[in-house]
Amino acid sequence: MRFRRRAPQAQQAPPAPVPVPAGPPAYLMLDALGRKCPIPIIMLAERIREVPLGEIVAVKADDVAARTDIPAWCRMKSQTFVREEALPQGGWAFHIKRDY
Amino acid sequence: MPYFDAASTEPLHPAARSALLDAFETGWADPARLYGSGRRARMLLDQARARIAARLSVRPDELGFTTSGTQAVHLGVLGALAGRRRVGRHLVVSAVEHSSVLHAAEAHERDGGEVTEVPVDLFGRVDPAAFAAALRPDTALACLQSANHEVGTVQPVAEVAAACREAGVPLLVDAAQSLGRMPVPEGWSLLTGSAHKFGGPPGVGLLAVRKGTRWRSPLPEDEREGRRVPGFENVPGAVAAAAALDAVAEEAPAENARLSELVARIRREVPRLVEDVEVVGDPERRLPHLVTFSVLYVEGEAIVTELDRLGFAVSSGSSCTADSLRPSHVLEAMGVITHGNVRVSLPRGASAAEVDRFLAVLPETAARLRRSAGVTS
Repeated sequence: MRFRRRAPQAQQAPPAPVPVPAGPPAYLMLDALGRKCPIPIIMLAERIREVPLGEIVAVKADDVAARTDIPAWCRMKSQTFVREEALPQGGWAFHIKRDY
Repeated sequence: MPYFDAASTEPLHPAARSALLDAFETGWADPARLYGSGRRARMLLDQARARIAARLSVRPDELGFTTSGTQAVHLGVLGALAGRRRVGRHLVVSAVEHSSVLHAAEAHERDGGEVTEVPVDLFGRVDPAAFAAALRPDTALACLQSANHEVGTVQPVAEVAAACREAGVPLLVDAAQSLGRMPVPEGWSLLTGSAHKFGGPPGVGLLAVRKGTRWRSPLPEDEREGRRVPGFENVPGAVAAAAALDAVAEEAPAENARLSELVARIRREVPRLVEDVEVVGDPERRLPHLVTFSVLYVEGEAIVTELDRLGFAVSSGSSCTADSLRPSHVLEAMGVITHGNVRVSLPRGASAAEVDRFLAVLPETAARLRRSAGVTS
């Protein structure tokens, strides 16, 4: 079901200037674009250990379910969800800080 | 073949089945006609209305039969908004209402109205204070479900009704998930329900509009059902719905306690038996028969299909199981895991042995699906 709450994924938006990322740069960038949930979360769970404590892992994903599932996974796993950044080509980069 | 999807539809209650078959024989004629068979159909319809009205603590003339729960919601919401158009065009709903409420809200927005969605907490419950704060002088209607259809959380209807009364705003309560199972708190102006959710037949909805509630049909004029619902009355359906509601309400105290204990067992055992599971919804203030959990790293569709193969009928709010490929708006609004989602809702008569068998197959099912998804941790 599709309700008002969230804008649909960007449709062929004209190339926008790449925004300057807020916050610390990602130590590790995972690309789950085009992959359906739960794959982005599986990738995050399997590879967050490659990141030193206190560093950032970023996950790029365009399945809208990731917007709910990645913060929820961080809450369950006691990792810090830092922010969600909209990507110019559609989808988002989710930034997670490894806490343990 | 354990059927664990009562929240989608409850199997027809035997009392409803025999009432339905009888009424096809005796109540098939047009209840608007004055000849004998018509008068008999009218009498059966009036009796069914009186029986259900008594269960809902409303007057018979406040209750209408619709063709579905969804139609009851659409008529209730749009009719109440039309009736108070001069007051304002603002509608307040919770973020976790049934799609029928949210789609009616969207229609209202397309028509130039304004909608405020009240958020919910991690349990899927609205905060009565937040709901009260959303009410404005130009609020024409507020909508709150009695209990959530996906996670079972019971909403604070009494508190919200008090706030609505204070603000002079009518409240529509969608009671589809709780009718026949739990009493509905007082204080609402409109109430909707659906017979197939409590063991009645499909194609019968309930719309109660309290006397003094401004309401104007959003549809073309029709003289049937007190001018509230257009079309030829489904007399056999109404008779069967009344029989079902009476039967399940009689059984509810004992059956609720039994099912609630089985649900408590699922809530307790699933996280113990399966690693990385999130059980969602309010653990205490909940429907007796419904529990939802999400198995991390597994597709909802895969787990539903696998459980079906093992003989269990369950539903899911995961995006891969929806036509729209969007996760359930309820799980989204709660901020809980949306993938690998399983909703178990026990019908009347569900047995402890069935639940135990479900708990016995779940760990290996989750492990197998995780292995095939390449999860190593």
